[in-house]
Amino acid sequence: MTAAILELRNVNKSFGPIDVLHDISLKVHAGEVLCLLGDNGAGKSTLIKTLAGVYQPTSGELLMDGQPVSFEGPREAQKAGISTVHQFGGTFPLMSIGRSFFIGAEPTKGFWPFKIYDRNKANEIAVKAVQEFGITRIDDGDRLIGGLSGGERQSLAIARAVHFGARVLILDEPTAALGVKQASHVLRIVLEARKRGIAVIFITHQVTHAMAVGDHFAVLIRGAVAANFRKGEKSREEITDLMAGGEAMAALEAAISSHSLASETNPPAA
Amino acid sequence: MNTFSFSDLLRRPESGAVLGLLFVLVFFVIFGSVEFLKPAGAASWLNVAANLGIVAIPVGLLMISGELDISIGAMIPAGALTVGIISGQFGLPIWVGIAGALGLGVIVGLINGLLVVNTAVPSLIVTLGTLFAVQGLALGFSVLLTGTTSVALSPAESGAIAKALFGQFIGGGFQVTIFWWLLFTAVYVFYVHYSPFGNWLFAMGGDRVSARNAGIPTDKLTITLFVLSSVSAAFVGMCQAILFNVAQVSAGMTFIFNSIISVVVGGVLLTGGFGSVIGIFLGTITFAIVNQGIYFTSFDRNWSSLIIGAMLLLAVLMNNTFRIMALTYSPKKK
Repeated sequence: MTAAILELRNVNKSFGPIDVLHDISLKVHAGEVLCLLGDNGAGKSTLIKTLAGVYQPTSGELLMDGQPVSFEGPREAQKAGISTVHQFGGTFPLMSIGRSFFIGAEPTKGFWPFKIYDRNKANEIAVKAVQEFGITRIDDGDRLIGGLSGGERQSLAIARAVHFGARVLILDEPTAALGVKQASHVLRIVLEARKRGIAVIFITHQVTHAMAVGDHFAVLIRGAVAANFRKGEKSREEITDLMAGGEAMAALEAAISSHSLASETNPPAA
Repeated sequence: MNTFSFSDLLRRPESGAVLGLLFVLVFFVIFGSVEFLKPAGAASWLNVAANLGIVAIPVGLLMISGELDISIGAMIPAGALTVGIISGQFGLPIWVGIAGALGLGVIVGLINGLLVVNTAVPSLIVTLGTLFAVQGLALGFSVLLTGTTSVALSPAESGAIAKALFGQFIGGGFQVTIFWWLLFTAVYVFYVHYSPFGNWLFAMGGDRVSARNAGIPTDKLTITLFVLSSVSAAFVGMCQAILFNVAQVSAGMTFIFNSIISVVVGGVLLTGGFGSVIGIFLGTITFAIVNQGIYFTSFDRNWSSLIIGAMLLLAVLMNNTFRIMALTYSPKKK
């Protein structure tokens, strides 16, 4: 088996006296979707920021293609091929599709100081890149980003990352703010990215979405990997239980049933 | 693809400015006279527009990028006084005076930019601070070095070349700054709308963090814009000193509000990320026409403030509508 594109070995991260990540070891291979599940505050954000070069691990190793790497900042991680797409797509509502697609890497024609931003070329490439991902509704690169639906924005951001050579795609809650239909669009794009041999790290707390596309799952609880399993090894209920911390959920259920008993004996005042 | 359509026009940031300009033109032709469109009349508002416009465009670009610069109100007299003191009072060559004025602009711009980038203080407060600081410095040094707050700069001290370039009237009443204004506008239009630089600017105003992550040097760009607005203000002050042969401490505060009004009427979004240079250009002309057109009517001068106030509110409301139209636009299926 080839080396994983990205691997974490015993990574710890603490902010001063507060330990956020404990001894995390994870791998993601090319053409594989790793789903990171966890409740709010489980350390998902810290983990992806560590992967994306925003934070450096306090201890432990980050490996790319089997070689230890360390990133000074998000740009270095991006150069190495790790791209993060955030919940709102990291795009600019009042800019056109073509312009925002090429932010920071604008195609130009002419020579300095008369370099002209090549609008037609930018629009053409951007629209083509998005359509290749199956979003055929986008056909005019001059449309403003703010006019797109949430799913289309996500898709655009993913297509952009792939176009600029992402090998590892970190998707931070891409479906969190979306409706059912929009979310399914995004999931289809995740599968398309996987088909192209990109390693996808998919962060979510929606188990249904994770089950639909994931090959490999890791559940984070209080900054540690509580479970690490492959597709089909656990049922949806088991995963939900795990995420909520199992016993805590059982305790809550007990509390609810005792409360409903109590309210039966003491009916609320009319 | 390139067929002209009215709705295409309405979605552009400057559409409000075009309508505003048409409105004030019609208004002053009806209530005043067509005199103000003839050369002698046009000179009066073109002169106002030119001086204001040279400052309003960089102020507008800062607003597009999400910042504000009000220190220009002090930079204009400071630029005038610098050239007045260096070349008028001490008799050094005019080029030294001009370099001094523009150099002061660079320094104040750098201070503004560095403070905004390196602290979390909003640019309104930072430039409010430098506004008063620069005003105090200009006043203090002027009294200290010349004993007065109005420094003479005779045409002989300016020299024929500088006078011709920066401070003469052409064809009767047209200030030479009008040509500088047109030149600067053309350069800004190119860099903001036809070069990658403009893309960075809009991205920065739209979402600074995402822009930085995309590899745009946001800090450098912000500092450059602050330097640009301070230098432009110093340039206007310098031109006025050479034109009127005198530099005064007091002229300049009106530029703060006037430039912001021009920019907003021109369709720039106050919170950044949207606007155009042509819009600011048209907004400046609109403002200047209202400001000067009142003299061509039988109305009292004071009514022009009412018109400007109402126009500003109308412009903001209209621009919101146009922006929503732009956002919701999607091409019809072919």
